[in-house]
Amino acid sequence: MDGWLRPAKAVWLWFDERTGFSKPLDTALKHPVPPETADLKRGGWIYLEGVGTLTAFIIQVITGIALATLYIPSTANAYDSLQFITNSATLGSVLRGMHYFGASAMVLFIGLHMLRTFLTGSFKFPRELNWLSGVVLLIVTLIMAFTGQILRWDQDGVWSLVIAVEQAGRIPVIGTWIGRYLLAGKTFGATTLSRMFAYHVFFFPAIIFLVVGLHLYLVLHNGISELPRSSEPVDKKTYRQRYHERLARTGVPYFPDAAWHEIAFGVLMIIGIIILAAVVGPPKLGAPPDPANIQAQPRPDWYFLWYFALLALMRPSFENFFVILGPLVFFLVLFLIPFVAGSGQRSPIRRPWAPAIAVATVIIIGGFWRYGSVAPWSPRFEAQPLNAKQIGASSGPVYDGAQVFYNKGCEFCHTVDGQGGERGPDLTHVFQRLPVTTITGIIASGRGNMPAYVNNLTPQEMNDILAFLQAQNNASH
Amino acid sequence: MSQPMDQQASGAGRGEPAQRRRRPLGRRDLLALVSLGLGGIGAAIIGVPFIGVLVAPLLRPEPGQWRTVGNADSFAIGSTTAVTFLDSSPLAWAGPAANTAAWLRRVGESEFEAFAVNCTHLGCPVRWIATANLFMCPCHGGVFYANGQVAAGPPQHPLVQYPVRVVAGEVQIQTSAVPIE
Repeated sequence: MDGWLRPAKAVWLWFDERTGFSKPLDTALKHPVPPETADLKRGGWIYLEGVGTLTAFIIQVITGIALATLYIPSTANAYDSLQFITNSATLGSVLRGMHYFGASAMVLFIGLHMLRTFLTGSFKFPRELNWLSGVVLLIVTLIMAFTGQILRWDQDGVWSLVIAVEQAGRIPVIGTWIGRYLLAGKTFGATTLSRMFAYHVFFFPAIIFLVVGLHLYLVLHNGISELPRSSEPVDKKTYRQRYHERLARTGVPYFPDAAWHEIAFGVLMIIGIIILAAVVGPPKLGAPPDPANIQAQPRPDWYFLWYFALLALMRPSFENFFVILGPLVFFLVLFLIPFVAGSGQRSPIRRPWAPAIAVATVIIIGGFWRYGSVAPWSPRFEAQPLNAKQIGASSGPVYDGAQVFYNKGCEFCHTVDGQGGERGPDLTHVFQRLPVTTITGIIASGRGNMPAYVNNLTPQEMNDILAFLQAQNNASH
Repeated sequence: MSQPMDQQASGAGRGEPAQRRRRPLGRRDLLALVSLGLGGIGAAIIGVPFIGVLVAPLLRPEPGQWRTVGNADSFAIGSTTAVTFLDSSPLAWAGPAANTAAWLRRVGESEFEAFAVNCTHLGCPVRWIATANLFMCPCHGGVFYANGQVAAGPPQHPLVQYPVRVVAGEVQIQTSAVPIE
């Protein structure tokens, strides 16, 4: 054992003599931490989501750099280079998969981390700056997630950008300019993608590196927050002294007492992500990114589905305000939390607003997310016309009515006999619910989200549809 | 000859409140200001091309170009067809990004209408359902009548129309900026 150890130690000593690195390394690694943070059974597990976010970021940087050796950020070639990475390059598919699941992990864990630090009141003195830098990191992470999907530069990516540009356009006065800034011009062009690439690969990662550096330095400087006790609210005058006294009495060195399970969690996460990447694979590339391809069905990646749902369901008159003020107000509120929340009590048991807000947020976002993945407000263009058996006739007004029902686009938004869209109500038994005069009136003049068909239907077609719906109601389904 | 540091102090002893500086700007103060000032100037100089290249595309005037999309007689009267044309000044490596689409309808012998494909809600491409005589958007359920007016859903404005003309039997659409609210 001595054989290689002594020369290795000599090299290190030579290096350390000239850099002095052993001192800060020692401080960072061996600094004392509250004992419960190193004990999984006593609640130390709640700190793992922090290292989870950091691990996800490291995965993203490494897989991102690897992808950048193959990806071509040119609008003419990006799609082809991604096809190459996914289908031909050795382990390219795994790399793309890791980058996608890493992104998902990062968004998930940053949410969990925010929830945990909020619930344990860790944003209170002296760690307010940790929270503030964390909010900045949240904003930049969401920007990275968004620009990342755009870089996939398939149909979804292209139209996602158009949608973002339109939203930016809602900002009064400067909206159009901001929209054009995002597009890098007055229309889609070659520089649109290269600009997104520069943001995603250089500009925003640089910000993340700087702010994460600050964030981690602050954890060292202020110490990791101990588990809150309702009997010990934070008192600015005495907190630091009490914290360090406690550490002197019962603190354990961060490395290896607490570090080992953080590293273990990080490794588990890496293994999990690589397994997902190999088994499930990266998101399938959509159609080639031609803004002239009109058969698009744009969808954001899963972490934005809840926002997609929110936009779809919002009242149009309110939408202008929400699109701009919503995110602004949300992030402003987040920034203000350390200043408006009470300064003392950290335990969630004595701060009932905290768990209430946390639970409400999870339920609301979860609900919108579920709704966004189903997206019932999108017309189902892929719905097939009913066959003769479902119609219950192969000729005559009922059959003709079924053809009108499909041709006029009704089936894209309405379900009949279990087939069709969910934008509007199920019409199988509409004759049970409404009198025929009301049904005729709605079809003719429209209602709510339904267009008026008075100029689009002949009287014969109207009668045929009514006959068809009547037959549907009468048949025993 | 630089002064030792303790002579820079304004003589505040222990227990006395710190005195406000009343003597004129010393050499070190001037050097500090010059350093900051020069640094600021350096940053500004670097900033000019950086910000310039980001903002220039917004300010460059791009006059609309007339693009031929087909022979007038190849479109049946009353039909609505999807057509594609090149943007006004595409870069050589733009590939498909240089394309713009429009819905072209022949209204009369030499009368045409061209609608932008962008839904006026949030920009998704609308589809023309010929049998239903409606434009339908796949994103949030926006629907437009054949004349571009809003029929249903979240959009608040009718579909944008591009200038279109017929020259020597050829239909031409004028390139425009992406319609932003």
